[in-house]
Amino acid sequence: MTVTASKSHYQSEEFARRLRGRYAAERNFKIAGIAALALASMMLVVLLTSIVSKGYTAFQQAQVRLEVTLDKAMVEERNYTAILRQALYAQFPQITDRTGKRTLNELLSSGAPYELEALVKQNPAIVGTTQTVWVRADDEVDQFVKGNFPRTAPESERRLNDAKIAAIDAMTAKGTLVQAFNTTLFSAGDSREAEQAGIWGAIVGSMLTLMVTMLLSVPIGVAAAVYLEEFAPKNKWTDLIEVNINNLAAVPSIIFGLLGLAVFLGFFGLPRSAPLVGGLVMALMTLPVIIISARVALKSVPPSIREAALGIGASPLQTVTHHVLPLAMPGILTGTIIGMARALGETAPLLMIGMVAFIVDIPHGLTDSATVLPVQIYMWADSPERAFTERTSAAIMILLGFLILMNGLAVFLRKKFERRW
Amino acid sequence: MNTSKHLMTAAAAVALSVAVLGATTGAQAQSRDQIRAVGSSTVFPFTTAVAEAFGKAGKFKTPVIESTGTGGGLKLFCAGVGPAHPDIANASRRIKKSEVEQCAANGVTQITELKIGYDGIALAYSKKAPDVALTTAVIWKALAKEVPVNGKMVANPYKKWSDIDAKLPNEEIEVIGPPPTSGTRDTFNELAMLEGCKKVPEVKAAIADEKAREKACMTIREDGGYVEAGENDNLIVQKLNANPGAFGVFGYSYIDQNRDKLKSAKMDGVDLTAENVAAGKYELSRPLFVYVKNAHAGVIPGIREFIAEYTAERAVGDDGYLVDKGLIPEPKDAREAARTSAINLTPLQL
Repeated sequence: MTVTASKSHYQSEEFARRLRGRYAAERNFKIAGIAALALASMMLVVLLTSIVSKGYTAFQQAQVRLEVTLDKAMVEERNYTAILRQALYAQFPQITDRTGKRTLNELLSSGAPYELEALVKQNPAIVGTTQTVWVRADDEVDQFVKGNFPRTAPESERRLNDAKIAAIDAMTAKGTLVQAFNTTLFSAGDSREAEQAGIWGAIVGSMLTLMVTMLLSVPIGVAAAVYLEEFAPKNKWTDLIEVNINNLAAVPSIIFGLLGLAVFLGFFGLPRSAPLVGGLVMALMTLPVIIISARVALKSVPPSIREAALGIGASPLQTVTHHVLPLAMPGILTGTIIGMARALGETAPLLMIGMVAFIVDIPHGLTDSATVLPVQIYMWADSPERAFTERTSAAIMILLGFLILMNGLAVFLRKKFERRW
Repeated sequence: MNTSKHLMTAAAAVALSVAVLGATTGAQAQSRDQIRAVGSSTVFPFTTAVAEAFGKAGKFKTPVIESTGTGGGLKLFCAGVGPAHPDIANASRRIKKSEVEQCAANGVTQITELKIGYDGIALAYSKKAPDVALTTAVIWKALAKEVPVNGKMVANPYKKWSDIDAKLPNEEIEVIGPPPTSGTRDTFNELAMLEGCKKVPEVKAAIADEKAREKACMTIREDGGYVEAGENDNLIVQKLNANPGAFGVFGYSYIDQNRDKLKSAKMDGVDLTAENVAAGKYELSRPLFVYVKNAHAGVIPGIREFIAEYTAERAVGDDGYLVDKGLIPEPKDAREAARTSAINLTPLQL
């Protein structure tokens, strides 16, 4: 009786309808999930496309070839501007009037004389000879060659007049004006002239800052996590500490900047704009993240490991340092790298301690003035010159590259060392 | 497994040494070999250009410039004497008496003032349109979100310039200007909107609270009278040519280079020329200042040389590189007088 009843129940119209409903719900959920993923990846593609399409041209820079005669007297006077101009005028013998010559002068970067000077310093033997050199073109010339200033606009609405465009065309035809790899972008510090601006100063600043952050936050964070997880008694105090750590992890980063301003600059008298102070502030910011991830990693080590070690006579400290910590290391490393990646992309706390500044010189130590990658991006994005638009996007690409590298490393380490129980 | 123990000890030692290093560099900071400047974001582009030229000359390190705003910059500047405090403050207004007193209280008794030039805003329109004379009060009435009518603040009712003043053209109010992120917009807000608002006595009667009044004065209408046009000045010119009744908000340097296409409105009867700006007659302009701490000259290397570069003819002269970046220069004789007193570090007297 019951069998037939249940059989009729499973074959009933109502049951089939409910089953269809359940399958439909699952299908809808899957569709919603796929749609969410598709939307997210579409946003990512749009973001990356817009950055890459604007920024890839910045990896090239227009260069001008000149046959310079390094006259001894002129080199001694450091009159490199005149040496370059002579070489440039020689390419246009038909231009003799002042206005025409001034137009030609504007083709070269204002940094070109310094480039030539550096060449002479590097190899003093070339003084008195004629050399073929490549110097940077002005950023407006560069933008024009790249097609960022439309040629079709009437002359009065163009940044470059007809005479300048004619000169550019003539030089391009002769092969004395070409696009070459933009080494300046990777070797120079900041500059107000786009063609002389580079990201290297910011990269060094970021590396110095992150080094201080890592050296401070990793040992302290791991030690704190080990103590809280393995040794500390469970009472009101440790509960209070735990709540505070979780709270700190969510505190807006600008607050850490204010703390840094008051404590490191105000009380300890450390220098402004120094990567040392930036690193200290970032260390405070990443410390809670590292403690939390390290505690999770320690928790995931099965108790049997600890019991076995204690059972054969290991002390609690030996248990932790010989067995638990090595097994938890992959998880700790992942958390650390993600914390570091966040610190790499952070600007707000640096505002307060003077690292958001115009800094040309490349930092050589922890107390030299320095800025970091995201700050450099912000400063370039604020500059009105057209050539900075593409350099901003290029700098974003470089920053994204570093972030992908760091997150990739985190995934790799987890995959390689992770143990499943 | 002893290695991991050693590793931990080593890591702890490194952390400790970093902390110690931090403590010792506190003492090292006593000797700084790089000039530091803070202050106004309006002066920032000029000071950075000078700093770069100064650094390229090769004798000194390139100064570090922070953009903190005038008030914040002067606060840092006045905090004391010594390498921990900045040497130079950029300001888009003159230093206040209270700030000089604050400085003196912290031991900064001698300050050199450099008036580097001016910053000006133009309300420009197409060459095709007839001449228009404006006042800041008219500009404010045309662009404010709320204006006083019968003693009460109401949503701006003016649609045409002639609604404000019958003498003005019978044209729709349309002003194309920079977005709030722009420095030109800040200057416009302070010089045109706030000053214009002060000239309308009914506002003071309608809003008693000073802070609230200032906010209401600087709030621009959002019903189409003011069009935000991004930072591309060339695009604004095209729109002005297509619509001769419209006005555009520009920085001085742009108008100066495009007088063939645009003309700028007279402000209270005064034309926008470098001479009128320098004489203080044109309202929508302000002087820009750089303040130097005398006590740091000779202590921080390069301060006198930096002042020399900033006041040099190649920087602030009529064809100087700062003029290319939008500075309105001082007249020649004023520049020369300022140069001598700046190089001699003549202290500021208020």
